[in-house]
Amino acid sequence: MALTDVYNYYRRMEDEQVILSFKGEFSAELLTSILHIMESKMIELSIPMQMKKRVFNVLVECFQNLYHHIETSPMEGTLDPSKDSALVMVKYIDRKIMVLTGNYIPKGSIDDLKRKLVMVNELDEKELRELYQQRLLNNSVSHKGTAGLGIIDIARKSKNELGYEFIEVNDDYSFFCLSIVIE
Amino acid sequence: MEKLYIEGSAKTPSVSFDGESGVLEMRGRSIPENSIEFFQPLIDWVDTYGSTPNPATRVDMKLEYFNTSSSKCILDLFKRLEKINSNDSQVLINWYYETDDEDMEEAGEDYAAIVGLDFKILEIDEI
Repeated sequence: MALTDVYNYYRRMEDEQVILSFKGEFSAELLTSILHIMESKMIELSIPMQMKKRVFNVLVECFQNLYHHIETSPMEGTLDPSKDSALVMVKYIDRKIMVLTGNYIPKGSIDDLKRKLVMVNELDEKELRELYQQRLLNNSVSHKGTAGLGIIDIARKSKNELGYEFIEVNDDYSFFCLSIVIE
Repeated sequence: MEKLYIEGSAKTPSVSFDGESGVLEMRGRSIPENSIEFFQPLIDWVDTYGSTPNPATRVDMKLEYFNTSSSKCILDLFKRLEKINSNDSQVLINWYYETDDEDMEEAGEDYAAIVGLDFKILEIDEI
């Protein structure tokens, strides 16, 4: 990257109305920092309380999904370190917040994840609420404390269809992109 | 019985469980990575309290927001309280939500629908 590209990079983020962007390894401490930064950004933007809480909720679930996923990677130790990192980006466009995440996932996990995404996108608010209640009662918590409710909760808080894409990287991995709009 | 007091943090609510008065309060946000680790002492406390509970137990839930793994632990906590309710104590859950926070109001209604305890869903200006 030439030094002048720094400007191009800056312009691009400016044009895309990116208010926060992070690429790297996800950790518990990072989530605390990002929530802290978003809190002050959202105060500056005069974002209403309900929307603010929804953004926090979505960020927390995204992070904890990414964090737990990366930690439990079956290929742990054999991965290229760059594959252990992920991307999170927040945009503010037309009074809406858009959260974008990107991370590598083993190809074997795609079907299950896609099935969940297709399902939540097909359900309306009432159906999502019922599904949440049902899962809350029936799912047992895994040893890491993830209850499998994350995607349902993200869909409930977003109230919009979740955008997603799987980009093939190599024989074992794809890059999973997720976009969540909160109004 | 000893009071359980935990100070709140950026990711965990403050906890104040008083066995003598029978008032149990949680306040703030609950988004720990490991919810079980955080909630286990609370659940253990409730189990011990259950052997000699106050005739009336009031649980004040004043949560700003919580993650999905906490939602499961909150349910577990209520399930433990259900057991006490059927024996020696009248358990009431006061579920607070901030004005206009319909998500938190709904969350309270959801618990009220799946837990066999008396619930009051109460609106307050600020948690």
